[in-house]
Amino acid sequence: MSQNAEKVLDHFNLFREPEYTNLFENKRKEFEFMPPDAQVEEVREWAKTAEYQEKNFAREALVVNPAKACQPLGAVFAAVGFEGTIPFVHGSQGCVAYYRSHFSRHFKEPTSCVSSSMTEDAAVFGGLNNMIDGLANTYNMYKPKMIAVSTTCMAEVIGDDLNAFIKTSKEKGSIPEEYDVPFAHTPAFVGSHITGYDNVMKGILQHFWDGKAGTVPALERKPNESINFLGGFDGYTVGNLREIKRIFGLFGIDYTIIGDNSDVWDTPTDGEFRMYDGGTTLEQTANSLNAKATISMQEFCTEKTLPFIAEHGQEVVALNHPIGVKGTDKLLMEISRLTGKAIPAELEKERGRLVDAIADSTAHIHGQKFAIYGDPDLCYGLAEFLLELGAEPTHVLATNGGKAWEKKMQELFDSSPFGKNCKVYPGKDLWHMRSLLFTDPVDFLIGNTYGKYLERDTGTPLIRIGFPIFDRHHKHRYPVWGYQGGLNVLVWILDRMFDAIDANTNIPAKTDYSFDIIR
Amino acid sequence: MSDLRQIAFYGKGGIGKSTTSQNTLAALAEMGQKILIVGCDPKADSTRLILHSKAQDTILSLAADAGSVEDLELDDVMKVGYRDIRCVESGGPEPGVGCAGRGVITSINFLEEEGAYDGVDYVSYDVLGDVVCGGFAMPIRENKAQEIYIVMSGEMMAMYAANNISKGILKYANSGGVRLGGLVCNERQTDKEYELAESLAKKLGTTLIHFVPRDNIVQHAELRRMTVLEYAPDSKQAGEYRELAQKVHANKGNGTIPTPITMDELEDLLMEHGIMKQVDESQVGKSAAELAA
Repeated sequence: MSQNAEKVLDHFNLFREPEYTNLFENKRKEFEFMPPDAQVEEVREWAKTAEYQEKNFAREALVVNPAKACQPLGAVFAAVGFEGTIPFVHGSQGCVAYYRSHFSRHFKEPTSCVSSSMTEDAAVFGGLNNMIDGLANTYNMYKPKMIAVSTTCMAEVIGDDLNAFIKTSKEKGSIPEEYDVPFAHTPAFVGSHITGYDNVMKGILQHFWDGKAGTVPALERKPNESINFLGGFDGYTVGNLREIKRIFGLFGIDYTIIGDNSDVWDTPTDGEFRMYDGGTTLEQTANSLNAKATISMQEFCTEKTLPFIAEHGQEVVALNHPIGVKGTDKLLMEISRLTGKAIPAELEKERGRLVDAIADSTAHIHGQKFAIYGDPDLCYGLAEFLLELGAEPTHVLATNGGKAWEKKMQELFDSSPFGKNCKVYPGKDLWHMRSLLFTDPVDFLIGNTYGKYLERDTGTPLIRIGFPIFDRHHKHRYPVWGYQGGLNVLVWILDRMFDAIDANTNIPAKTDYSFDIIR
Repeated sequence: MSDLRQIAFYGKGGIGKSTTSQNTLAALAEMGQKILIVGCDPKADSTRLILHSKAQDTILSLAADAGSVEDLELDDVMKVGYRDIRCVESGGPEPGVGCAGRGVITSINFLEEEGAYDGVDYVSYDVLGDVVCGGFAMPIRENKAQEIYIVMSGEMMAMYAANNISKGILKYANSGGVRLGGLVCNERQTDKEYELAESLAKKLGTTLIHFVPRDNIVQHAELRRMTVLEYAPDSKQAGEYRELAQKVHANKGNGTIPTPITMDELEDLLMEHGIMKQVDESQVGKSAAELAA
């Protein structure tokens, strides 16, 4: 036996012991009947050619590794940003297990979320009883301040009507009449997680502003000077929202972050379990109607929410996940314009420091080519930052990006000489990206954890920025917004660059004439 | 938005829902109302008489071609027919596959998001058959149709379907604003049809809003893919539809919460009118030969 109790081998080493390598080899020989190695190699090489790429891009009925998740994931993301709120997903349990584990793997924190546990009978008879019992159980067991209901594929296909179901549940006494249960239909087969975020955010605001589904009079807007802030679906929400709070604090203005999940996904280990922590209070959410304006950091995450807010009389500002100098300048100038307050001197200093850092490293970044994939707004923010660094975002791909995003990206490319050879790919997947990385190679790839397969297959070094990041820890604690955030992104890019240079110059007496101490 | 009237026609398959609804809506258009018809039947024949052709470009077929419904524009799916009536067909899958109910949900969401209801006085949904699943109840959800008109006849199964649809309405009536506008009896010339329809309406807590007599001219107009209103505007039958349209128009806010009955009560109703004889329990399940023996 390779394994023994005195010295336990972990999986890295255990399966390399002869006992296992022989086993695997025999299995391949006796049972798997693989085509000859030469043929496998031939196909592998063919998959790197332009001819294969043409076929790959002509693909119609198959998606391979889409860089997006489903609406309910975004629904849960938005819902946990409210004080004491538990997301209630009307559908099967397995779906909810996925959202919970997905977030927990990224944030390394538990994510509380319940399901109405629909099974075969609910699919046939409708999920009303699941809603009635589920709401009662959730209310009594987890004592939330609010239950935010969303849906999965199953409930949507059979056409369950949340509005009617929640009203009936209240009539049947499973929750008190005046208890807050905002809802949004979030069919998983429509759009992506950013659509789900948008639907739930709109659903919650609609609930508080427009009379709680007809049960109380709609609120009347009494305009004040405060500013609302919507972060959108963001893997860096913990670090980003804290940075945004710091920035608003320096300005000294009244603000409301609508959907503040920075605390619930970063609870301290001090002996107390916090099922809920922080979040926008329900009172703040209702009062946010009165704000002067709302800033959305991610236009494509708030395509329905922002027009809804605008209809209620507020000015709305849509940004595209600003990263770097220009992006942050725009954010700060908008805050300053809306509030009439000058940009704090401290932030001006931070700007200078970021510009200084960029100047210090520009020799390395200038002219480097990048491929980026992720959510539409994140892609935009990263590409804008790379362009201002003098780098080229050669391939920019968003599976959940549409025509409007494509146009916007193209305008960004056209605005910079470094954008000349850059191309945008809306609706494409990571298998398309794989072809691009072979036929039109770049120096670095920016994407989430799933990019590691592309790094392995194509040899393009991966810089992990996006959601989800499962295989590196604590990145979500660092902001990518503000000048400080820009500095973080700059450092992540540079770290990977220098690692690549070191890896490329480390053969003694051969390449190590460039294995330098100073970069 | 508040002045927008939203109505829906439900009823058993083959009862003449689409014919009745299109003729009535054509008469409403004659009265100067701006109308949008939303066909919620995979057969996509709810607008055929208004458009003089079966709508090929249904929302769902175009969405399937384009890849997703988000890629569609309103102009792709909206056709304009007789007296500027706007027509949209949701379409749906071939018989035996897929989920037509989801198609109804997708289509109505699309129309609302694209602003299809702006600038019209009436939206009318034409929905196939019974309310067989949640999808077909989409038009009776809150903020959709305010009144439902059930097209029926004196046939047992049509009355059964009307009762079923009332159950569907009742489910949503307490939590939302949907009401039963009334029954429309499409004459089949069954025994005591008018009386039966009247008393079913009474049992369901509503009224028989109109009794549309059978007239072959409907058939003639249909063959020419036209409404009677257009084919023979001066005919007696056109007058019937005008009367129905007037009644629907005047019926705003008069809908009721239906009181559906049990199968036994429905059978009792037929017996009351002498359509069915009192059932001799000893004879149930016996064939004619057995009874003769």
